[in-house]
Amino acid sequence: MRRALLYAGVTVGAVVMLFPFVWTVITSITPGAGLGTPDLIPDEPGLDAYRTLLDAMPFWRILANSLWIAVASTLLQLITSAMAAYAFARLDFPGRNALFLVYLATLMVPMQVLVVPLFIEMRELNLVDTYAALLAPSIASAFGVFLLRQAVAQVPIELDEAATIDGAGHLRIFVSVVWPLIRPALATFAVLAFMSSWNSFLWPLVVIRSPELMTLPLGLSTLHGQFTTEWDVVMAGSVISIVPIAVLYLAAQKYVIQGVARSGLK
Amino acid sequence: MSTTTSSRPSTTAAPRRQRPRRRNALRYGGNRLRYAGIVALFLAPSLIPLTLFTLVPMVSSLWVALHDWNLITPMEFVGLANFRDLLSDGDTWAAFGHTLGYIAGYLPLVYLLGLAAALALNTALRGRNVFRAAYFLPVVTSWVVVALLWRWLLSPANGLVNHLLGLVGIDGPGWWTDPTWAMPSVILASAWKDLGFVMIILLAGLQAIPGELYDAAKVDGTSAWQRFRHVTLPLLSPSSFFVVVISLINGFQVFDQVYVMTGGGPAGSTEVVVQQIYDLTFRYGRAGDASALSWLLFVVVLVVTIIQVRGQRRWVTYA
Repeated sequence: MRRALLYAGVTVGAVVMLFPFVWTVITSITPGAGLGTPDLIPDEPGLDAYRTLLDAMPFWRILANSLWIAVASTLLQLITSAMAAYAFARLDFPGRNALFLVYLATLMVPMQVLVVPLFIEMRELNLVDTYAALLAPSIASAFGVFLLRQAVAQVPIELDEAATIDGAGHLRIFVSVVWPLIRPALATFAVLAFMSSWNSFLWPLVVIRSPELMTLPLGLSTLHGQFTTEWDVVMAGSVISIVPIAVLYLAAQKYVIQGVARSGLK
Repeated sequence: MSTTTSSRPSTTAAPRRQRPRRRNALRYGGNRLRYAGIVALFLAPSLIPLTLFTLVPMVSSLWVALHDWNLITPMEFVGLANFRDLLSDGDTWAAFGHTLGYIAGYLPLVYLLGLAAALALNTALRGRNVFRAAYFLPVVTSWVVVALLWRWLLSPANGLVNHLLGLVGIDGPGWWTDPTWAMPSVILASAWKDLGFVMIILLAGLQAIPGELYDAAKVDGTSAWQRFRHVTLPLLSPSSFFVVVISLINGFQVFDQVYVMTGGGPAGSTEVVVQQIYDLTFRYGRAGDASALSWLLFVVVLVVTIIQVRGQRRWVTYA
């Protein structure tokens, strides 16, 4: 009896969590959704909304923007963070701890504080409404340095020593000894970096104007401004935005859950 | 060099730290320039962008906060006047009030739902990985998608929620179109999205509680509620603490879902602090006030976090 109740409870929970996604799809294939509540099984399903969407904005371009920006910022952050992590864990230089504290301090300051001066800086550099501005704040990640430093510190130093005896320098040790051994941490961080770029909204909202340069969250919110009551079109856009991140999530579930649990980032 | 290290109070980490130092000195035999070059090579790729796009804006944000500036005409130095004006401005207090209102609704809701999900999935349930994946899916979905989805679900006229309420004879409220219901709408959407995050943290905490404790408690003839109250909750408190700290930080910085669902309205009923910062800058051209407000928010978050870390001894049990 208790077990039956438990199953009933978690099933109801799962429906509440998943059905809204199903509803997104149903709405997107119900022409004229928004004029009334769509039926669970649409009478005359159609892809009109997707056509309207693609006519209204360069949506494939926006999708491609989101993808390449997310991939590029993830790769950049992986490389820059892992290199700094190596420096902090393995190299010895004056002011190392003080500099590490500076890195940590930047972690404390939220995007909300930075957004106004960063926008002004981009304007001074004549970079407003460019890919460069979109990418700039996500070239390096203090959080990544913090996370990966732990991982580098756990690599047995004897391996470095053995490589040194074989005549390897630091760059060589970094590339062929440390990098392969911190791969799980790199994967966790990569997933987090990708998700945070894919979902970021405030910065693109502030710095991007042209539809051709928009990322998906920004494109979607603009779309909603344009089609306030045509929910089939807005939901079509949502479906296209959900699919890539859902696929990534299902493929890399372990790293995603690990990463989120570790960082508290969302 | 070696004398400075040995004169330090010895810690467990100290001997480790010395090792690379000796080795490097050995390898480069005093070729310090070359070594400095290597350090620079490893640090520059992160240090330069962090300096340009985080440290410089941090400092200049403080600078802007001390000025009146509409982003176009030259800045005018006003000292701390912006902070003084903000503190005597009803809008600021209203924005903090709305933010606190959001937190007051969101935090208990997301914690209790997340705890319920974690407790349910911590049993020998068949298919629990599938359930876990389902509950977590909204966490990876972007805020804009979630906010649009809930704006549609909670649409007063044709939304699914009011439609379902209508089927059981309830006349649903105006949700985000109604000043009374707009904040609850945002809270509902946020709790739905973050529930899976809270669940994952608490689930990890639950799985770390040794089973023998429950066995011992059972032998003592305790009820299920007593075991939950006196074993589970205290031992789960470090995870709960983490959830509360993170949720409060995120709660104070709430923006995306508000911007998309309500834009701060209707009638300013959901104008939270970050929405206010955005509006001050890009709607009213008051960059100085906006910067001052963002620092005010930062200080509030910092103080709240420090109070929690200090106060955790009262309720957090570390086994």
